[in-house]
Amino acid sequence: MMAAASTLKNMVLCLTLVCLICAAVVGVAYAVTKEPIDAAAQAKTTASIARVLPESDATPQEGSVRVGGTDYKYYKVDGAGYAIISTTSGFGGLLSLMVGVAEDGTVHNTTVLSHSETPGLGAKCTTDGNFISQFQGFNPAEKTLAVKKDGGDLDAITASTITSRAYALAVSNAVDVFHQLKQGGQDDE
Amino acid sequence: MSKWHFVTDGFVKNNPTFVLVLGMCPTLATTTSAINGLEMGLATMFVLILSNIVISLIAPKVPDKVRIPVYITVIATFVTVLQLLMQAYTPAAYETLGLFIPLIVVNCIVLGRAEGFANKHGVGESALDGIGVGLGFTASLTVIGLVREILGSGSAFGWKFISGDGILAFVMAPGAFLVLGFLMVLFNKYLAKK
Repeated sequence: MMAAASTLKNMVLCLTLVCLICAAVVGVAYAVTKEPIDAAAQAKTTASIARVLPESDATPQEGSVRVGGTDYKYYKVDGAGYAIISTTSGFGGLLSLMVGVAEDGTVHNTTVLSHSETPGLGAKCTTDGNFISQFQGFNPAEKTLAVKKDGGDLDAITASTITSRAYALAVSNAVDVFHQLKQGGQDDE
Repeated sequence: MSKWHFVTDGFVKNNPTFVLVLGMCPTLATTTSAINGLEMGLATMFVLILSNIVISLIAPKVPDKVRIPVYITVIATFVTVLQLLMQAYTPAAYETLGLFIPLIVVNCIVLGRAEGFANKHGVGESALDGIGVGLGFTASLTVIGLVREILGSGSAFGWKFISGDGILAFVMAPGAFLVLGFLMVLFNKYLAKK
Protein backbone atom coordinates (compact mmCIF):
# COMPACT_ATOMS: atom_id res chain seq x y z
CA MET A 1 0.00 0.00 0.00
CA MET A 2 1.40 3.32 -1.02
CA ALA A 3 0.03 6.59 0.32
CA ALA A 4 -0.59 9.40 -2.15
CA ALA A 5 2.30 11.83 -2.35
CA SER A 6 2.12 14.74 0.08
CA THR A 7 1.88 17.44 -2.54
CA LEU A 8 -0.06 20.58 -1.71
CA LYS A 9 -2.72 19.70 -4.27
CA ASN A 10 -3.21 16.21 -2.86
CA MET A 11 -3.37 17.42 0.71
CA VAL A 12 -5.89 20.17 0.01
CA LEU A 13 -7.98 17.83 -2.12
CA CYS A 14 -7.94 15.08 0.49
CA LEU A 15 -8.82 17.32 3.45
CA THR A 16 -11.57 19.11 1.51
CA LEU A 17 -13.10 15.83 0.42
CA VAL A 18 -12.94 14.29 3.89
CA CYS A 19 -14.45 17.39 5.50
CA LEU A 20 -17.26 17.54 2.94
CA ILE A 21 -18.17 13.90 3.47
CA CYS A 22 -17.98 14.21 7.26
CA ALA A 23 -20.13 17.35 7.22
CA ALA A 24 -22.69 15.53 5.09
CA VAL A 25 -22.75 12.58 7.49
CA VAL A 26 -23.22 14.85 10.52
CA GLY A 27 -25.91 16.78 8.62
CA VAL A 28 -27.84 13.60 7.86
CA ALA A 29 -27.50 12.40 11.45
CA TYR A 30 -28.77 15.77 12.70
CA ALA A 31 -31.78 15.68 10.36
CA VAL A 32 -32.63 12.11 11.34
CA THR A 33 -32.30 12.66 15.08
CA LYS A 34 -33.82 16.15 15.28
CA GLU A 35 -37.38 14.92 15.63
CA PRO A 36 -36.69 12.28 18.31
CA ILE A 37 -34.52 14.76 20.25
CA ASP A 38 -37.27 17.41 20.17
CA ALA A 39 -39.88 14.82 21.06
CA ALA A 40 -37.76 13.60 23.97
CA ALA A 41 -37.29 17.19 25.17
CA GLN A 42 -41.04 17.94 24.82
CA ALA A 43 -42.02 14.74 26.64
CA LYS A 44 -39.56 15.67 29.37
CA THR A 45 -41.06 19.15 29.78
CA THR A 46 -44.60 17.77 30.04
CA ALA A 47 -43.50 15.08 32.48
CA SER A 48 -41.51 17.63 34.51
CA ILE A 49 -44.51 19.97 34.85
CA ALA A 50 -46.65 17.04 35.95
CA ARG A 51 -44.02 16.13 38.53
CA VAL A 52 -43.49 19.53 40.11
CA LEU A 53 -47.08 20.78 40.31
CA PRO A 54 -50.29 19.33 41.77
CA GLU A 55 -52.45 17.50 39.26
CA SER A 56 -54.48 19.79 37.03
CA ASP A 57 -56.44 19.57 33.81
CA ALA A 58 -55.43 23.05 32.71
CA THR A 59 -53.00 23.37 29.81
CA PRO A 60 -49.67 24.88 30.84
CA GLN A 61 -49.17 28.38 29.43
CA GLU A 62 -45.63 29.29 28.56
CA GLY A 63 -44.24 32.67 29.52
CA SER A 64 -41.09 34.42 30.50
CA VAL A 65 -40.25 37.10 33.01
CA ARG A 66 -37.19 39.16 33.90
CA VAL A 67 -36.13 39.11 37.55
CA GLY A 68 -32.85 40.56 38.80
CA GLY A 69 -31.43 40.87 35.31
CA THR A 70 -32.08 37.25 34.35
CA ASP A 71 -34.83 35.92 32.12
CA TYR A 72 -36.82 33.04 33.56
CA LYS A 73 -39.03 30.79 31.52
CA TYR A 74 -42.10 29.52 33.31
CA TYR A 75 -45.26 27.52 32.73
CA LYS A 76 -48.44 28.72 34.39
CA VAL A 77 -50.96 26.02 35.19
CA ASP A 78 -54.29 27.49 36.28
CA GLY A 79 -55.34 26.36 39.73
CA ALA A 80 -52.05 24.58 40.38
CA GLY A 81 -49.35 27.20 40.33
CA TYR A 82 -46.20 27.99 38.38
CA ALA A 83 -43.50 25.65 37.08
CA ILE A 84 -40.43 27.88 36.88
CA ILE A 85 -37.22 26.98 35.09
CA SER A 86 -34.32 28.22 37.16
CA THR A 87 -30.65 27.83 36.25
CA THR A 88 -27.58 28.34 38.43
CA SER A 89 -23.92 27.35 38.24
CA GLY A 90 -23.23 23.96 39.76
CA PHE A 91 -19.92 22.22 40.20
CA GLY A 92 -19.41 21.06 36.63
CA GLY A 93 -21.48 23.60 34.71
CA LEU A 94 -25.01 24.89 34.58
CA LEU A 95 -27.60 23.27 36.78
CA SER A 96 -31.10 23.73 35.43
CA LEU A 97 -34.12 22.96 37.58
CA MET A 98 -37.86 23.11 37.20
CA VAL A 99 -39.40 24.33 40.41
CA GLY A 100 -43.11 24.02 41.05
CA VAL A 101 -44.46 26.78 43.27
CA ALA A 102 -48.06 26.33 44.37
CA GLU A 103 -50.48 29.25 44.54
CA ASP A 104 -49.90 29.64 48.31
CA GLY A 105 -46.17 30.25 47.78
CA THR A 106 -44.87 26.89 49.00
CA VAL A 107 -42.57 24.77 46.87
CA HIS A 108 -44.55 21.77 45.66
CA ASN A 109 -41.73 19.77 44.11
CA THR A 110 -38.52 20.22 42.12
CA THR A 111 -36.90 18.32 39.32
CA VAL A 112 -33.57 18.58 37.50
CA LEU A 113 -33.82 19.39 33.80
CA SER A 114 -30.14 19.30 32.94
CA HIS A 115 -26.85 19.30 34.78
CA SER A 116 -23.15 18.61 34.30
CA GLU A 117 -22.40 17.45 37.82
CA THR A 118 -19.91 14.70 38.60
CA PRO A 119 -21.38 11.23 38.02
CA GLY A 120 -21.86 9.49 41.36
CA LEU A 121 -21.40 12.67 43.38
CA GLY A 122 -23.22 15.89 42.47
CA ALA A 123 -25.25 13.97 39.91
CA LYS A 124 -26.97 12.40 42.92
CA CYS A 125 -29.09 15.57 43.09
CA THR A 126 -31.33 13.77 40.57
CA THR A 127 -31.69 10.56 42.59
CA ASP A 128 -30.92 11.21 46.27
CA GLY A 129 -34.36 10.92 47.86
CA ASN A 130 -33.23 12.40 51.18
CA PHE A 131 -32.05 15.55 49.47
CA ILE A 132 -34.90 16.02 46.98
CA SER A 133 -37.70 15.36 49.47
CA GLN A 134 -36.54 18.32 51.59
CA PHE A 135 -37.95 20.66 48.95
CA GLN A 136 -41.37 19.05 48.77
CA GLY A 137 -43.83 21.28 50.57
CA PHE A 138 -41.01 23.62 51.60
CA ASN A 139 -42.43 26.88 52.90
CA PRO A 140 -39.94 29.70 52.24
CA ALA A 141 -41.86 31.94 54.63
CA GLU A 142 -40.93 29.71 57.59
CA LYS A 143 -37.57 28.23 56.65
CA THR A 144 -34.44 29.39 54.83
CA LEU A 145 -33.58 28.02 51.42
CA ALA A 146 -29.87 27.34 51.96
CA VAL A 147 -27.71 24.43 53.10
CA LYS A 148 -26.96 24.12 56.82
CA LYS A 149 -23.31 25.11 56.25
CA ASP A 150 -24.62 28.48 55.08
CA GLY A 151 -27.06 28.82 57.95
CA GLY A 152 -30.08 27.45 56.11
CA ASP A 153 -32.40 24.53 56.78
CA LEU A 154 -31.32 22.03 54.13
CA ASP A 155 -29.06 19.00 54.43
CA ALA A 156 -26.52 18.98 51.61
CA ILE A 157 -25.73 15.89 49.54
CA THR A 158 -22.69 14.19 51.09
CA ALA A 159 -19.47 15.41 49.45
CA SER A 160 -21.42 17.64 47.05
CA THR A 161 -21.89 20.91 48.91
CA ILE A 162 -21.38 23.03 45.79
CA THR A 163 -24.11 21.17 43.90
CA SER A 164 -26.42 21.39 46.91
CA ARG A 165 -25.79 25.12 47.20
CA ALA A 166 -26.53 25.64 43.53
CA TYR A 167 -29.72 23.60 43.88
CA ALA A 168 -30.88 25.62 46.88
CA LEU A 169 -30.07 28.88 45.12
CA ALA A 170 -32.01 27.82 42.03
CA VAL A 171 -35.07 27.01 44.14
CA SER A 172 -34.70 30.26 46.06
CA ASN A 173 -34.49 32.23 42.77
CA ALA A 174 -37.60 30.46 41.53
CA VAL A 175 -39.47 31.55 44.65
CA ASP A 176 -38.42 35.15 43.95
CA VAL A 177 -39.70 34.77 40.40
CA PHE A 178 -42.98 33.46 41.77
CA HIS A 179 -43.42 36.51 43.99
CA GLN A 180 -42.62 38.79 41.07
CA LEU A 181 -45.20 37.00 38.93
CA LYS A 182 -47.80 37.26 41.68
CA GLN A 183 -47.14 40.96 42.13
CA GLY A 184 -47.21 41.54 38.38
CA GLY A 185 -50.55 39.75 38.20
CA GLN A 186 -52.04 41.95 40.91
CA ASP A 187 -50.80 45.09 39.19
CA ASP A 188 -52.65 44.10 36.06
CA GLU A 189 -55.93 43.60 37.82
CA MET B 1 -3.97 -18.50 11.16
CA SER B 2 -7.24 -17.60 12.75
CA LYS B 3 -8.12 -13.94 13.08
CA TRP B 4 -9.58 -14.51 16.50
CA HIS B 5 -6.35 -13.32 18.13
CA PHE B 6 -7.05 -9.76 16.92
CA VAL B 7 -9.96 -9.69 19.32
CA THR B 8 -8.23 -11.39 22.27
CA ASP B 9 -5.09 -9.26 21.82
CA GLY B 10 -7.10 -6.11 22.35
CA PHE B 11 -8.70 -7.68 25.38
CA VAL B 12 -5.60 -9.02 27.14
CA LYS B 13 -2.16 -8.34 25.64
CA ASN B 14 -3.06 -4.84 24.40
CA ASN B 15 -5.64 -4.07 27.06
CA PRO B 16 -6.02 -0.29 26.67
CA THR B 17 -6.46 0.45 30.35
CA PHE B 18 -4.21 -1.95 32.27
CA VAL B 19 -1.42 -2.52 29.72
CA LEU B 20 -1.31 0.42 27.32
CA VAL B 21 -2.56 2.82 30.04
CA LEU B 22 -4.38 4.99 27.49
CA GLY B 23 -7.60 6.96 27.79
CA MET B 24 -7.09 7.67 31.47
CA CYS B 25 -9.35 10.73 31.56
CA PRO B 26 -12.66 8.88 31.01
CA THR B 27 -11.29 5.85 32.88
CA LEU B 28 -10.75 7.83 36.07
CA ALA B 29 -13.69 10.21 35.72
CA THR B 30 -16.66 8.10 34.66
CA THR B 31 -16.08 4.86 36.59
CA THR B 32 -18.00 5.95 39.68
CA SER B 33 -20.39 3.06 39.19
CA ALA B 34 -20.41 -0.13 37.13
CA ILE B 35 -23.23 1.12 34.90
CA ASN B 36 -21.45 4.41 34.16
CA GLY B 37 -18.26 2.54 33.29
CA LEU B 38 -20.17 0.14 31.05
CA GLU B 39 -21.99 2.94 29.19
CA MET B 40 -18.77 4.89 28.68
CA GLY B 41 -17.00 1.75 27.43
CA LEU B 42 -19.76 0.93 24.95
CA ALA B 43 -19.86 4.50 23.65
CA THR B 44 -16.10 4.42 23.07
CA MET B 45 -16.34 0.99 21.44
CA PHE B 46 -18.93 2.29 18.96
CA VAL B 47 -16.58 5.07 17.85
CA LEU B 48 -13.54 2.79 17.90
CA ILE B 49 -15.02 0.12 15.62
CA LEU B 50 -16.45 2.58 13.07
CA SER B 51 -13.36 4.80 12.97
CA ASN B 52 -11.08 1.74 12.63
CA ILE B 53 -13.16 0.50 9.68
CA VAL B 54 -13.29 3.85 7.87
CA ILE B 55 -9.64 4.70 8.51
CA SER B 56 -8.43 1.32 7.30
CA LEU B 57 -10.41 1.97 4.09
CA ILE B 58 -9.19 5.48 3.41
CA ALA B 59 -5.64 5.22 4.81
CA PRO B 60 -4.02 4.07 1.53
CA LYS B 61 -5.33 7.17 -0.24
CA VAL B 62 -4.50 9.80 2.38
CA PRO B 63 -1.27 11.79 1.90
CA ASP B 64 1.05 11.14 4.82
CA LYS B 65 1.38 14.71 6.03
CA VAL B 66 -2.36 15.28 6.58
CA ARG B 67 -3.25 11.86 7.95
CA ILE B 68 -3.69 12.99 11.58
CA PRO B 69 -6.16 15.82 10.73
CA VAL B 70 -8.06 13.41 8.50
CA TYR B 71 -8.26 10.75 11.23
CA ILE B 72 -9.38 13.29 13.82
CA THR B 73 -12.08 14.58 11.45
CA VAL B 74 -13.36 11.05 10.91
CA ILE B 75 -13.33 10.32 14.63
CA ALA B 76 -15.03 13.62 15.49
CA THR B 77 -17.76 12.85 12.95
CA PHE B 78 -18.56 9.52 14.56
CA VAL B 79 -18.50 11.06 18.03
CA THR B 80 -20.97 13.76 16.93
CA VAL B 81 -23.24 11.14 15.36
CA LEU B 82 -23.03 9.10 18.57
CA GLN B 83 -23.84 12.19 20.64
CA LEU B 84 -26.94 12.94 18.54
CA LEU B 85 -28.08 9.32 18.66
CA MET B 86 -27.66 9.12 22.42
CA GLN B 87 -29.50 12.41 22.90
CA ALA B 88 -32.39 11.07 20.81
CA TYR B 89 -32.69 7.50 22.01
CA THR B 90 -30.91 7.17 25.37
CA PRO B 91 -31.28 10.64 26.94
CA ALA B 92 -30.73 9.28 30.45
CA ALA B 93 -27.32 7.79 29.61
CA TYR B 94 -26.42 10.94 27.70
CA GLU B 95 -27.13 13.06 30.74
CA THR B 96 -25.11 10.86 33.07
CA LEU B 97 -22.00 10.82 30.90
CA GLY B 98 -22.41 14.46 29.93
CA LEU B 99 -19.26 16.05 28.61
CA PHE B 100 -17.28 12.81 28.47
CA ILE B 101 -19.06 11.81 25.26
CA PRO B 102 -17.65 14.69 23.16
CA LEU B 103 -14.30 14.04 24.86
CA ILE B 104 -14.09 10.65 23.10
CA VAL B 105 -12.69 12.65 20.15
CA VAL B 106 -9.45 13.20 22.04
CA ASN B 107 -9.34 9.74 23.58
CA CYS B 108 -5.83 8.40 22.92
CA ILE B 109 -7.15 4.88 22.41
CA VAL B 110 -9.21 5.81 19.36
CA LEU B 111 -6.46 7.81 17.63
CA GLY B 112 -3.88 5.31 18.88
CA ARG B 113 -5.62 2.40 17.18
CA ALA B 114 -6.16 4.44 14.02
CA GLU B 115 -2.50 5.41 13.82
CA GLY B 116 -1.01 2.22 15.25
CA PHE B 117 -3.22 -0.43 13.69
CA ALA B 118 -6.01 0.52 11.33
CA ASN B 119 -3.86 2.39 8.81
CA LYS B 120 -1.60 -0.65 8.38
CA HIS B 121 -4.25 -3.38 8.26
CA GLY B 122 -7.28 -4.42 6.21
CA VAL B 123 -10.91 -3.65 6.97
CA GLY B 124 -11.77 -6.99 8.57
CA GLU B 125 -8.74 -7.03 10.83
CA SER B 126 -9.29 -3.40 11.85
CA ALA B 127 -12.93 -4.09 12.70
CA LEU B 128 -11.88 -7.07 14.84
CA ASP B 129 -9.20 -4.97 16.51
CA GLY B 130 -11.82 -2.30 17.24
CA ILE B 131 -14.09 -4.91 18.79
CA GLY B 132 -11.23 -6.37 20.85
CA VAL B 133 -9.85 -3.10 22.16
CA GLY B 134 -13.39 -1.76 22.64
CA LEU B 135 -14.38 -4.82 24.67
CA GLY B 136 -11.14 -4.57 26.64
CA PHE B 137 -11.85 -0.93 27.44
CA THR B 138 -15.49 -1.64 28.30
CA ALA B 139 -14.61 -4.57 30.55
CA SER B 140 -11.84 -2.61 32.32
CA LEU B 141 -14.12 0.38 32.95
CA THR B 142 -16.93 -1.85 34.16
CA VAL B 143 -14.61 -3.69 36.58
CA ILE B 144 -13.12 -0.45 37.92
CA GLY B 145 -16.63 0.99 38.22
CA LEU B 146 -17.90 -2.13 39.95
CA VAL B 147 -15.09 -2.16 42.54
CA ARG B 148 -15.54 1.57 43.22
CA GLU B 149 -19.32 1.20 43.45
CA ILE B 150 -19.10 -1.76 45.85
CA LEU B 151 -16.58 -0.02 48.14
CA GLY B 152 -17.89 3.52 47.74
CA SER B 153 -21.67 3.19 47.54
CA GLY B 154 -22.29 -0.34 48.82
CA SER B 155 -24.08 -1.36 45.65
CA ALA B 156 -23.41 -3.32 42.46
CA PHE B 157 -24.95 -2.29 39.11
CA GLY B 158 -27.33 -0.05 41.03
CA TRP B 159 -28.44 -2.89 43.32
CA LYS B 160 -27.84 -1.71 46.89
CA PHE B 161 -26.77 -4.29 49.46
CA ILE B 162 -25.93 -2.02 52.39
CA SER B 163 -27.93 0.97 53.55
CA GLY B 164 -26.28 4.36 53.60
CA ASP B 165 -22.97 5.27 52.02
CA GLY B 166 -19.84 3.18 51.69
CA ILE B 167 -16.28 4.48 51.83
CA LEU B 168 -17.00 7.68 49.94
CA ALA B 169 -13.36 8.25 49.00
CA PHE B 170 -13.73 5.45 46.46
CA VAL B 171 -16.42 7.33 44.54
CA MET B 172 -14.23 10.41 44.48
CA ALA B 173 -11.02 11.01 42.55
CA PRO B 174 -8.56 9.38 45.00
CA GLY B 175 -10.52 6.14 44.84
CA ALA B 176 -10.20 6.10 41.07
CA PHE B 177 -6.41 6.19 41.27
CA LEU B 178 -6.27 3.59 44.06
CA VAL B 179 -8.57 1.12 42.33
CA LEU B 180 -6.90 1.61 38.96
CA GLY B 181 -3.45 1.09 40.49
CA PHE B 182 -4.32 -2.08 42.34
CA LEU B 183 -6.20 -3.59 39.40
CA MET B 184 -3.24 -2.76 37.14
CA VAL B 185 -0.89 -4.63 39.48
CA LEU B 186 -3.18 -7.66 39.60
CA PHE B 187 -3.66 -7.67 35.82
CA ASN B 188 0.05 -7.44 35.06
CA LYS B 189 0.91 -10.07 37.64
CA TYR B 190 -1.52 -12.40 35.90
CA LEU B 191 0.02 -11.56 32.50
CA ALA B 192 3.56 -12.14 33.76
CA LYS B 193 2.63 -15.59 35.04
CA LYS B 194 1.36 -16.72 31.65
